[in-house]
This record gives sequence, structure tokens and C-alpha cells, in this order.
Amino acid sequence: MTSDTSPAPASVLPVLLPFRASQPRRFAPLRLQFIHAVGFIGLALLVGGAAHAQSGADQLSALGVIWKWFPLLMSGFMFNIAISVLSMSLGTIAGLGLGLLAISLNRPLRRTAWGTTQFFRNAPWLVLLFFAMFMIPFQFTIFGTTYPLPDWVKAVIGFALPVMANVSEIVRGAVGSLPSGQWEAAESLAFSRRKTLWLIILPQCVKRMLPPWMNLYSLVTMATVQASIVGVTEMLTLTAQVHAAEGGRPDLLAPLYGFAMLCFFVYCYPIERFTLYLERRFHLHQ
Amino acid sequence: MDLVADWFRTLYETTGINLTIVYDTYDRQRFLSGLGMTVFLSVVSIVLSVVIGAVGAWAQGSPLRVVRALVNGFVVLFRNTPPLVQIFFFYFGLGHMLPRIENADGMMVPLVTNVQWAIISLSLFAGAFNVEIFRSGIEAVPRTTTEAAEALGYTRLGVYRHVLLPLALRICLPALNNNLVNLLKTTTLAYAIAVPETLYVSKQIWTDSQNVPVMMTVLLIVYTGLVGILVFLMHRWERMLSIPGYGQGAAR
Amino acid sequence: MAAPAPSTEIDHGWTPDQPLVRLVDVHKSYGTIPVLRGVSLDVRKGEVICIIGPSGSGKSTLIRCINALVPIDSGTIRVEGQEVNDPDLDKLALRRKVGMVFQQYNLFPHRTALQNVMMAPIHVLKQNRKEVEARARALLAKVRLQGKEDAYPGQLSGGQQQRVAIARSLAMRPDVMLFDEVTAALDPETVKEVLVTIRDLAEEGMTCILVTHEMGFARELADHIYFTDAGLIVEHGPPAEFFANPKDERTKAFLGQVL
Repeated sequence: MTSDTSPAPASVLPVLLPFRASQPRRFAPLRLQFIHAVGFIGLALLVGGAAHAQSGADQLSALGVIWKWFPLLMSGFMFNIAISVLSMSLGTIAGLGLGLLAISLNRPLRRTAWGTTQFFRNAPWLVLLFFAMFMIPFQFTIFGTTYPLPDWVKAVIGFALPVMANVSEIVRGAVGSLPSGQWEAAESLAFSRRKTLWLIILPQCVKRMLPPWMNLYSLVTMATVQASIVGVTEMLTLTAQVHAAEGGRPDLLAPLYGFAMLCFFVYCYPIERFTLYLERRFHLHQ
Repeated sequence: MDLVADWFRTLYETTGINLTIVYDTYDRQRFLSGLGMTVFLSVVSIVLSVVIGAVGAWAQGSPLRVVRALVNGFVVLFRNTPPLVQIFFFYFGLGHMLPRIENADGMMVPLVTNVQWAIISLSLFAGAFNVEIFRSGIEAVPRTTTEAAEALGYTRLGVYRHVLLPLALRICLPALNNNLVNLLKTTTLAYAIAVPETLYVSKQIWTDSQNVPVMMTVLLIVYTGLVGILVFLMHRWERMLSIPGYGQGAAR
Repeated sequence: MAAPAPSTEIDHGWTPDQPLVRLVDVHKSYGTIPVLRGVSLDVRKGEVICIIGPSGSGKSTLIRCINALVPIDSGTIRVEGQEVNDPDLDKLALRRKVGMVFQQYNLFPHRTALQNVMMAPIHVLKQNRKEVEARARALLAKVRLQGKEDAYPGQLSGGQQQRVAIARSLAMRPDVMLFDEVTAALDPETVKEVLVTIRDLAEEGMTCILVTHEMGFARELADHIYFTDAGLIVEHGPPAEFFANPKDERTKAFLGQVL
């Protein structure tokens, strides 16, 4: 408590900042440009399409095939997005609860929540997905009525498990990153622990939690294709079916999978950019 | 050994906990080889991805625009597409374009096996993240330190190898640690291209022995254990590298 | 401001002629490191006492014990007769009586200056919002911050933030105020504005306990000075006497360094 930190200036005026001559930076920050990756994917598609250009004229070109099946592939992609949104919502709600338990004052409760968090955080997503697929019954009965539980619902639960653990860790991390002075000040003003948490700590944490949370969402979206491994029909499954429907031509594989990559890239890249933007803004206003 | 096997057989008969991987020689062998494959995939990919990260971060500082653009393109592409689709793209897409070669037995086999494709795609995937991680570490090294090294006559590579990278590595170790744990977990995706790693052999075992819940528990425990070992080793490394008064070393 | 708080607390047999805050033989260690090794002191109503001493001598811990932010190992602390280290203590009730201001201000950065002052009376004391707002505005005016009501802490200078923090504590109408090195993190030119605010308070009769490095301020304002070193009160007395002829060698050495 006796650190000699200089007081924070009211608002940083640009003129007061140390002067920095604009010099060519040796290690310029990575400018993640959309165009780079589009170039890459385009190149991959071209290579894929051209590699077997000699295959007969009666066959559709790679782009033609993608165009033909575009509506089907897109419907598959939308299903991936739907799974990601549902898992994220479910996992976030469960994770917030688990995270609050993980910072509780009750020691056994805290340890249990921490253990649960670590366990689900360290298990591979695919293993948890298998876990959900095989360990959750395919139907359940409430008051004599039997409800079937389709595979995609189980997949949603399977993805929600690691989301829960990661959200819990994000909550714990954000609360832990707040200066302890905030707790002390609230305590000395006679706020109860509950009120301190809800009125003072958590509102300040939202800003800190948003970037990692969005990052997590991006990861979930990209993980949804794993559902195809356990038999849920989503974009990757459809891609394989399209390939088979077109006669299983090997030259179509690279363009088709390249197209799937492109779809995810177009969806996830803006999320990453926005996350980076939020992170920078947060650092500026800290 | 027989005694142990008998005990587990009795355990199955009395409780239904069917640990074939302990008492059945064939299952045990399968499982151990799967575990070995997971460890092999992880170790090789970890090493390669760290090398990709270090080289990529260096190339990002290149005076050549083209080189920087290529590295940036690689990073954004691999960070923002599903690793499973990457594996498929490599294994099915590119794999089919490569010529087949004759092996020692006179059989025509792919030039690159599924295990090798798994290693390539996993390394590239984790490597893309490592480039970013190393870059953030490099940015955290004060510019004056670099200048001091330059003033001493180091070349660009010399500055990077002897000053920037060692300092950056210490700064970014926690993030690297995280990413490598992630990589270890991602090796399960090799399942999709029939690489016989732990998940793959476990599925074979539970299909043959009908002991899904038991094998599922074993799987979760095994991966928790593997992650635990990796985290332990990384922490050892972190401690080994820590410099008194620098970064987190200052806190100790 | 000097209006006494409505007495809703349980009667502990305390009468205003007894010390408002009384510490007897307080011990505290962090792990194996002793921080307080038997500290006793009395603070009467309306008194201003200053605790001075080298850093690491336990001053901050001492002041944090008084509102139970830090639990003590042994000894007794009584605030208005209420035992602070009683396991059944209603900490929240105690903290309504004891205000505290920190070295790092610790304002809530997501709320404006006015909201910072209003929060605790509304949420903790459940007082009427209108009435609280009027009082909060008056308090901000009193600490000379009219016009800054809607500024966020990040937009205020250190001295201004610290004055908001003082107003925030006062809004709870405490009986005693604790100041923990409140000027230590400030620029020399803003130290004065905070000290003036504290002096105004003291002159109105607020009981104040200050941990401070401002010797001039302590000499001018304090009724009593306590000098701590290595977890003990080495010497204490009225400022005139304390500064003019310190008796203990450690006090002499310390004053020799800082004066």
C-alpha cells in the first residue's frame, strides 16, 4: 500500500504524452488484413480447381459445383451457427453460476466449483462431445410423457460443457483482476458482500469479460463442425455428401473444404477484429 | 500381473466396471499404443508449432512487405477457420493431389500419411496462434533494449535470437502454456482422419467391449492427466527461465 | 455535517465521555511476520490523532483493524463500546459508524462522482434517493467540487478523486473518519487541497484518525501524535511536546530524517 505510483492524470492530453518520432517500426504490430486470407483461400480454391482441370469438359468446374449446392451448404452452415448460439447461451448461463460459486467465501463450495471448472476446461472438446452423445439418454420422461432428445440437442449440451468451464474461468479471472482496493472501499462503506459483488465488482468486470467471451464464441463456432464426427448433420457432413453426389471426384475435395473454411472465416474474422478493437479500447481507458 | 488382471476381472463381475484395458492384453496394447500416438502427436506438434511461432514472429519484422503479408495471411487464416476443416482440407484436399509412391513392400501408398498430415495441420494451426503470442511478447520488450543491442553491433537476426526472443519468451510463457495445452486437446481431432490416437482406440475398445461409460471416464481421466503433466512441465520450464527482477520473476 | 448520526445501534454501555475508539494490546501477524506487537491507544470524540512512523511499521494495518478490514489476533478494539474483534460483530453496523479514505482513492470507476457519493446511503442505509442526492451535492460542494458531479473518476485529478472519496465516506455520516496516507499518492500541488478539506472537517469536530507523512500538517492539526516503529507505539504526546523534544532515540532518528 505504499507504492509510489504517480496519480492518474485527469484526462490524457495528447500533447502531454512523451513525444515519439514516427519511425519505421522494426516489429510492426500484426495488421490482420482480411485481404491476406481471402487471397490465401482464393489461391487454394484455384489450385484445387486447376489441379484436375484436365478432367472432362462434361464435368462441372469446382466453382460450378459449389454454386450448384450453395443453398444446401449454406443451410448446413446456418445450422452450425444455430448450434454455436445455443451452446454459447446455455454455457454462459451455467458458467456465470459456476464462476460465482468459484469466488464464493464458502471453502468447500469454492473448491468444488474450481475443480469442476478445471476438469471441463482441460478435457478435449471432442471427448466432451462424445461424452454428451453417449452418456445423455436419447429420451427422457417427465410426468409420464416421453420426450425424445435429438442428437443435435445433445451436441449443444456437449459444446456447452467446455463453454461453461471457460466462462467460469473468465468470471473468476475478471473478478480477480480488479484491484483489491475496490473490495476494501466497498467494505468500508458497509456494503454487504452480495451488494459489493452486484453493484461494484461485476459491473466493472463486464468490460473485462467481453473480449475473452467473444473469443470463446469464435472458438465454439469453429468447434461445431466436430458434431459431424458424432453423426450430427451439419455443414461438414453436407460437404462430404455433396462430394459423393458429384461422383466423388478427388479434385473437388480441396475446393469444397476450402469453401467451408471460407464460410467460417467470413463469420469468425469480423468477430476477431471486433474483439481486438474492444481489447485495445479497454487498455486505453484502463 | 495376473493377480492384477484377475482382480479387475472380478471387479467387472461384481460391479460391472469393465476395465478391459487392464486385464485384456489386446485391449491394453491397443490403448497403450493409442496413448503413445497421442503423446507422439503432441510432442512433435508442440515442437514444430513453437518453431513456426518463433520463425513467424521473426518474419513479421521483415523489411519485405510480401513476407509480412504472407505471415499475416497465414495467421489470420489459421486462427479463424475450424481446425477440423483444416485437417480435412489438408488430408483429403491436398492429400489427393500428391502422387502416390511405392513403399518397401511394393504397395502404392500416399506420399504423406494421415499421421503426418495430422502433425502438419496441428502444427500449422497452433503455430498461427504462437506467432501472435510471440509477437505480443516481442512488443512488450522495450524498444530501448533492442536499440542497446543494435548499438552493440548485433545483426537483426542476432538481436532477435540473443535479446528479443529470450525476453519475449519469458513474457509470453503463460499464453504459450495455454495454447500448448489447447494443442494437446486438439490432437483428438486426428480421430477424424483415422489416426489411431487415444480417442480413436478408445472408441474401438468401447465398441468391442460395450463399456462406454467406463472408457469415457478413463478418457477424461487420461486427458486430465496428460494436461496436468504438460502444465507441470511448462511451470518447471517457467521457473527455470525466470530471471530475478524481470517480469514475473520479480514477484518471486 | 456535525449533526450526530441517528442512534439506531445497540447500546454498548458507552457514554460520550469515554474514548470513542479504544485499542488495548492489539497483536496482529501476517503468517509468521508480526505487524502489530501490542498496540494501545485512545481516541476521544472530536479528537484528531495522527499516526506517524517509518514505512512498514504497521500504521496501515493498525488503521485497517479499526473498521475490521483486517482481523486481529489478540487484544481488544472498541468503537463506541462495540467490540470489533467479537466474532458475532455486525461488521456492517460498525462500518456505518467508521468512515475510511484510502491512499489510492478506490473510487468506483464505473460510477460518476455524484453516484459514488450516493451509492452507499441508498443501497446500504436504504435512505430516500432525493434526500441522499441533495446531501451528496452539498457534500461535493463542501469539498469544493461543484460542477464535477457528473465526471467519472477517470476524468478527475488525483486530488479531486481523493476529495470525492472523502465526500463518499462523509455521506454515511460516520462518527469517526480513518485516513490512510491519503496524500501519499498525490502531486505536491494537490496535496494541499486535500489537507484543507481534512482541516475543515476537523474544525467542525469530526473525530479523525490519520496515518500521514505530512509532519507540518500533523503538528498544526493533531491533538495527539503517535509514533510507531516495528509494530509498537514507541512514543506519543501532544504535537508541541512531541516535535520539540522527542525522548526516544528512534523518534529522534525518524524526525531527523523527515524534518
